[in-house]
Amino acid sequence: MGMRIYAIAIYLFLYLPIGIIVLFSFNAGRHASDFQGFSVESDCKELTNPFAMDALTTSLTVAFVTALLASIFGTMAALGLQQARGRLRALFDAAIYVAIMIPGIVIGIATLIALVTAFGYLNPALAAAWPSWLGDAPRLNMGRTSLIAAHTMFTMALVIVIVRARIAGMDRTLIEASADLYATPMATFWQVTLPQIFPAVLAGFLLSFTFSFDDFIIAFFVAGSETTLPIYVFSSIRRGVTPEINAIGTMVLAISLSLLIVAQVMLRRRDRSSQTG
Amino acid sequence: MLVLPLLVVFVFSFGERAPAGGYIPAFSFDNYLNLPARLTAFKNTMILAPLGTLAALLIAYPLAYYLAIKANPKFRTALLVMIIVPFWTSILIRTYAWIFILGGRGIPQLLEWFGIEGVRLINTPSAVLIGIIYGYLPLMVFPIYVSLEKFDKRLLEASQDLGASPFKTFRDVTLPLSLPGIATGCMLVFILLMGEFLIPALLGGGKVFFVGNALVDLFLQSRNWTYGSAVAATLVIIMLVTVTIYMKLIMRGSGQRQDVSLL
Repeated sequence: MGMRIYAIAIYLFLYLPIGIIVLFSFNAGRHASDFQGFSVESDCKELTNPFAMDALTTSLTVAFVTALLASIFGTMAALGLQQARGRLRALFDAAIYVAIMIPGIVIGIATLIALVTAFGYLNPALAAAWPSWLGDAPRLNMGRTSLIAAHTMFTMALVIVIVRARIAGMDRTLIEASADLYATPMATFWQVTLPQIFPAVLAGFLLSFTFSFDDFIIAFFVAGSETTLPIYVFSSIRRGVTPEINAIGTMVLAISLSLLIVAQVMLRRRDRSSQTG
Repeated sequence: MLVLPLLVVFVFSFGERAPAGGYIPAFSFDNYLNLPARLTAFKNTMILAPLGTLAALLIAYPLAYYLAIKANPKFRTALLVMIIVPFWTSILIRTYAWIFILGGRGIPQLLEWFGIEGVRLINTPSAVLIGIIYGYLPLMVFPIYVSLEKFDKRLLEASQDLGASPFKTFRDVTLPLSLPGIATGCMLVFILLMGEFLIPALLGGGKVFFVGNALVDLFLQSRNWTYGSAVAATLVIIMLVTVTIYMKLIMRGSGQRQDVSLL
């Protein structure tokens, strides 16, 4: 009994702050921390703020491209790793766990320095090699692309872990059967392997999206002059607590919560199908 | 791809700062000799990171125990998902909520109603500690839950049947069997805490800052990249050394390794 009360207290501790943000985002009062009845005004105001909208668009674009790239390359890497054995496999495993465990701030700094250094060499080379009739050579800079690159690198490890767990639970005899029936490796992949691992790939996609959409610290270093939604929220908090932040916060929470629920459903389905099949 | 950027940080840390904030190739230890200038950041991190890990462990363990052993199996999955979900939602927004709760109109005002006045919570080490526990609790609960859930529950009955008190059963059976989970949880939380930036930035109000805050300042405000790289390299080295020592101790203790799954 005592344990149950303790558990309830912990769940309250975990969810109360989220509840408070949601409650105050519907606050009609002028001050963020005075609750004066319900209103959706601040939610609407936030939707018309062009800076917030820009940041939202950037965040959604970056998250979508990141998730797409990470799930494609992550799945390919996971399938490739199945073939690897022994030392090479152990090395890759270590690299994946390191990628998941390194604090975001170190990844942010390392990517910033590495990209700026690379651009330092690439930009003059590009300018020299650029044919003059095409006009000025493009300059590589920190921005959306570098942010997508950094997020993809980081979330790929996540996709690899999830997809590999699914491959491990997969019926390998089906692949052999497909080969015995003269299917090309490509046909086997599309008709046998992919349908089986698809829930895991989709879950990986959704988690990568959520990660990229919520990430602040890597974006803070790598995004250059671009502003993602978390960066926008962070700088708004620096200026003071406003109902607008509550509204954006509620929206961010709602987006990631709904994606998480879908991802969980996908992974549960995986469990069930691996139990029955 | 993953190791290369880290190497660049190490190379940079031996370089010299260019006038505009760039990098001039050099080989000097000047940046490392300047490290004591950021001693407070290192000191805060080295005090609050282990403290936060310990606090998270003490709070997470009973919950993991409840979920793995006492909770109704019918609701177990739902309860677990409810632990994981906050972990995957924006830590920025969730920490921001605590500015509210700990700020002047939150808990301090509540305490004034009860006649306790002059309590200041926001911008203190305690505020940062609360934020840490809140943010990292799921990461601690999960590995402990996994290790508790795996072991044979009949061991508990056997221990009871042999006349051991509940406390003795816990000390001699449950606790040793959950050690791998405790080890994994502590390591995950500790490593991530070492690089924490957001929680001290939002709840410490510039008074309680971590190495992460010093790094943001050096890289994005004062643009002293070479010195920043030295600070980052030192952080990574401290992290690697602590983790290696820790792993050695754990390996000796249990002789087994386990993977964590966050889903």
